[in-house]
Amino acid sequence: MPTLSLTIWAAAVIVGTAMLSFVGRPIGTRKSIARLRDMTVTGALGYSLLIVTIYQAAALYFGPGATFFKWAVHGVIGFGLAGYLFQQLGRHVGTKATKKLFRSMPVTAALGILLIITYAFVAIFADFIAPYGQAEIFKDANLLPGGNPEMGGNPAHILGTDQIGRDILSRLIYGAQNTVGIAFVTTLLAFFIGISLGFLAATIGGVLDQVLSRIVDMLMSIPQLIFALLLMTIATAWFGSEKGMVTLFMILIIAVLDSTRVFRLSRAVGMNIVVMDFFEAAKLRGEKLSYLIFSEITPNAFAPLLAEFGLRFCFVFLTIASLSFLGIGIQPPLADWGTMVRDLSQFIAYAPFPVVGPLTASLPLMAAGAIALLTVAVNFVVDWMLHRASGLKE
Amino acid sequence: MSSSELLVKIRDLQIDGIADETRSRIINNVDLDLHRGEVLGLIGESGAGKSTLGLAAMGFTRDGCEIVGGSVEFDGIDLVGATPDVRRQLLGKRIAYVAQSAAASFNPAHKIINQHAEAPLFHGMSSRAEAEADAIDLYSRLRLPNPDEIGFRYPHQVSGGQLQRAMTAMAMSCRPDLIIFDEPTTALDVTTQIEVLVAIREIVEQFQTAAIYITHDLAVVAQMADRVKVLLRGDEVEEADTRTMLQSPREEYTKSLWAVRSFERPQKPLAAKTATPVISLRNVTAAYGNNDPVVRDVSFDIHEGRTVAVVGESGSGKSTTARCITGLLPPRTGEIAFQNQVLPADYRNRSVEQLRQVQMIYQMADTALNPRKKIGEIIGRPVEFYLGLKGAEKRRRVEKLLEQIELEPSEFINRLPSELSGGQKQRIGIARALAAEPKFIICDEVTSALDQLVAEGILKLLTNLQEEMKLSYMLITHDLSTVKAIADEVVVMKDGRIVEAGPKDEMFTPPHHEYTDLLLSSVPEMDPDWLDELLKQRGADNLGDAAVSKM
Amino acid sequence: MNNVAMIISKRLGLGVLTMFMVSVIIFLAVNMLPGDFAQALLGQSATPEAVAAIRKDLGLDKPFYTRYFDWLVGVLQFDFGTSFAKANFSSYGGTSAAANFGTVADQIAPRFANTLFLAGVTAAIAVPLSLTIGVLAALYRYSIFDRIANISTLTSISSPEFFVAYVLILLLAVLSPVFPSLSNIHDGMDFATKLQKTMLPALTLTLVVTAHMMRMTRAAIINLLASPYIEMARLKGLSPFRIIVFHALPNALAPIINVIALNLAYLITGVVVVEVVFVYPGVGQLFVDSVKIRDIPVVQACCLVFAAAYISLNLLADVMSILSNPRLRLPK
Repeated sequence: MPTLSLTIWAAAVIVGTAMLSFVGRPIGTRKSIARLRDMTVTGALGYSLLIVTIYQAAALYFGPGATFFKWAVHGVIGFGLAGYLFQQLGRHVGTKATKKLFRSMPVTAALGILLIITYAFVAIFADFIAPYGQAEIFKDANLLPGGNPEMGGNPAHILGTDQIGRDILSRLIYGAQNTVGIAFVTTLLAFFIGISLGFLAATIGGVLDQVLSRIVDMLMSIPQLIFALLLMTIATAWFGSEKGMVTLFMILIIAVLDSTRVFRLSRAVGMNIVVMDFFEAAKLRGEKLSYLIFSEITPNAFAPLLAEFGLRFCFVFLTIASLSFLGIGIQPPLADWGTMVRDLSQFIAYAPFPVVGPLTASLPLMAAGAIALLTVAVNFVVDWMLHRASGLKE
Repeated sequence: MSSSELLVKIRDLQIDGIADETRSRIINNVDLDLHRGEVLGLIGESGAGKSTLGLAAMGFTRDGCEIVGGSVEFDGIDLVGATPDVRRQLLGKRIAYVAQSAAASFNPAHKIINQHAEAPLFHGMSSRAEAEADAIDLYSRLRLPNPDEIGFRYPHQVSGGQLQRAMTAMAMSCRPDLIIFDEPTTALDVTTQIEVLVAIREIVEQFQTAAIYITHDLAVVAQMADRVKVLLRGDEVEEADTRTMLQSPREEYTKSLWAVRSFERPQKPLAAKTATPVISLRNVTAAYGNNDPVVRDVSFDIHEGRTVAVVGESGSGKSTTARCITGLLPPRTGEIAFQNQVLPADYRNRSVEQLRQVQMIYQMADTALNPRKKIGEIIGRPVEFYLGLKGAEKRRRVEKLLEQIELEPSEFINRLPSELSGGQKQRIGIARALAAEPKFIICDEVTSALDQLVAEGILKLLTNLQEEMKLSYMLITHDLSTVKAIADEVVVMKDGRIVEAGPKDEMFTPPHHEYTDLLLSSVPEMDPDWLDELLKQRGADNLGDAAVSKM
Repeated sequence: MNNVAMIISKRLGLGVLTMFMVSVIIFLAVNMLPGDFAQALLGQSATPEAVAAIRKDLGLDKPFYTRYFDWLVGVLQFDFGTSFAKANFSSYGGTSAAANFGTVADQIAPRFANTLFLAGVTAAIAVPLSLTIGVLAALYRYSIFDRIANISTLTSISSPEFFVAYVLILLLAVLSPVFPSLSNIHDGMDFATKLQKTMLPALTLTLVVTAHMMRMTRAAIINLLASPYIEMARLKGLSPFRIIVFHALPNALAPIINVIALNLAYLITGVVVVEVVFVYPGVGQLFVDSVKIRDIPVVQACCLVFAAAYISLNLLADVMSILSNPRLRLPK
């Protein structure tokens, strides 16, 4: 049966492709159909496949079952709509400058900004939003999500409780504060170290530049996650009993390791500015080093470094989440998404159960998805910023 | 085939450019006719749409451009509505293109001759052996050295002027009916340019090829074209045959373009022997790192109120000399004196007062101004730094400076450099130098990136400021018409050495050192017969690099 | 040719130097650990004699630099020392009984083979896939395919590996059981079973790496397509296929080789998390386990193996791009 339908679809694709790419040709030379006429076979193949895919997806969506697929469709449409509405809002409300900004913004970037604002809001006001504390332990452990008592839930814990009886919803919300907050602080630190050294190397050059660059080369020749794990082993060996110190060391370790990449970029950006004539003019005027760095380099390096900040934040955020997932990052009792994914992972096997199955199986994916969604959001915004920067150069 | 047969017929062409989702018209209802065997010159300033029109004659538009109206016919074939297949049949085979930068337009990964043979092979015109034999024949017709061997090199192994001729040969490979030359000599030195011009003209005549020659240089177009069409911001200004156009242009715009070359400030008398020079270089030799010196034993003086032009081709060491004066590159031996006081070699050891006296104006106004600072800040900083003025006093001084460079203070003081035109930016660069109230200013190719009309304005401004403030200029340039316009003395450099030096009037009357002679004679003039006469005088083998290598 | 030989030998020399420095860093880092190896081995109740005996056996009584060079000489002979966890300390009687120790090399060798197998399967799927999509996206840039590819690759780059892994488990192991969610492969399996068990971790890594590679390939080619010599080729009337194959590809070789090497190097980092999720018996999992129980010689050795692979891949990329560049191959 599946072989048969596959054959039918393959035939449909081939026929569609042939129709689009060849039948269109002799239609004429009018401009409106020139696109169809000049379409290549590969292009036509792509369109045929797209049509088939859309048809298949629709069939799956309107058919029975496939709960996760329906959720995914709702998710994509919902996020798309939210992004579109936010973009429209931005275009009509606000100052002239922000309106102009929103007009040049694609929906993905608008959605990204909306999501970042939401995450920031949840992170800052976690204490007020979360129904319970992050370390609060209730006597009912392993409550199922859904809040229906007949199905093993409890309306007080809408997403259920974990193995030792902590409210999962509250921990998800606090996770925003801890995971995002720590990643943000780490990135800030990495930027502070990387930019100051990078600009110094670019402006002063010579021996300082050589020494710093060689050290950075060396640090970068060990894969970052591996190096972080090694250093974390040492940190836990020293401070294993004090969870707070371990988290602090993690911040320091990742900040230093990540600052190498910031150093490279800010040095390169700085080098580009240092060879410009306006910088030479300032140098020949007899300006001091501090003026050169803060007044001539920094304002011009702002845009590329802001985009880099977004990318570095994603990277740091993912590294911390991975470390926590491996059990060596943010330490309990702080709620953290990476750790939660690991703790809740066995719930995935519940997926085939009727009614409560899908929601239960989603729990680890919610924590992991929370990480993914924020990085996607930041990447959408950065992508737009980079595109804009490259467009303005022409 | 009769020579009057129409080859290219463009009617009412409109092309839009799309950038940042805003459309702008690049070509505005332009007509163009080109007959077989005829050379049409397209001239205009930057942004006039010359290249876009030239490419449109091939039925080609760059990414971001779109033909929105009108028709382009090549030998009766409609190119606007043609399918890509039809267009590909013509390109390379019957229409060829020669780009501005040959170094960038040759694929670095393949040998020159393979790229040459590509079009004839692809279009099924000849076998590989035939195409290669033909390439070698074309190379020798174009007077390339070692024609048997040069094609088997990679592009990076061949010099710029030779590459440009190899590209002309490549365009000829299918013996096309039409070649588009898009500023083929703009990036070359004058002595190299002349070789390429001669080669192009000969080969076009030999094969009776029609050509569209795009350039901003009027003197070049006068040598190359039968007819000339003038463009201004996408509009046609006028069209006539070359001689008529040069002798009696009808439109005001064309007349003003022609007049640019006649600006000339009279030469001042030489300074008295006893006068103290503002800047004197004494036996300066300089090098980058441990390499061979790029400036060798250079000495000259610059006196108060005088302009000394340092001329030479790229790599002659003129900019390095300027870097020695500013202290960016401390010379290996020799010294630089300001009013007979020796300056410390490294700028970091100079006092603020010494730094103030030597200012610089740069070639690329785009990179010379910090793009994140307002004009008021850019000019205000040296005012504050050197003169210690603050607040209202500083503002008044900045406004005064803006008036001096003929820009309205209230309008410009709060703008960013990106909101200014090229000429305005260059004026801001001048104002920043003036703000230090220096005695001496280095002008490094200040007009070479500007259109001719704008450049003339800048030169006049520099002259007026010199009169007002008794400034001394060191003018670094490769453009001899600039030298003619404002210099008092000329220093000719080649390979890091001074070849000849003296007052301007003497330099422009023979006899000279043979290099100076070659340099001066290579500058195209507006006379359409100039190239023919030069060829008669010197002979085709005694031009450009060939002549230099004989010295 | 001399010129290229010079550049390459310089680059190789630099690689060896880097490797040496990295080994120093790793050795230093491990020696920053508190306490004494021997004490840690035997626990608090050990007699001082036993501790001293082990110290002597392990060479811990020698000065730092001697230990480093002993270790380095061992490493060069694939002797990474003795694993704490596998050592049979209960039977340790104070006499020389080094034969009882499980060596690190014995532990790493089979797992290294497994990790290479996983990386190999991933690369075999990901490299052709991403290059094809990358070239297509560059050819049909700004079309609907390009936009879809852009958004989906951006999403997959942004997701942590374990998110992709669990989604795949949910879809392909739990909801429709096509592949097993546990990748407990061992030597006795036939190739087909091994491949089937490796499929989910390989697919996870493929998704992440393909996204990276596809985006970088696309960017490299688009960058090239804007260059004047491509315009020249179009103005010669060549077909789009010939332009890509003859004019763009030879010049895109260096960036594409770099893209592949970079991503294979990235696999090394990604492999750690993925191996843990799927309980895949590779070096990554061994590494994480050893970190948790602080089995120092194993941690040290894994680090060195990962770093060596990473450095040699980058080195290989550099050498290949030097060789593919005629400007460096043939000087003026």
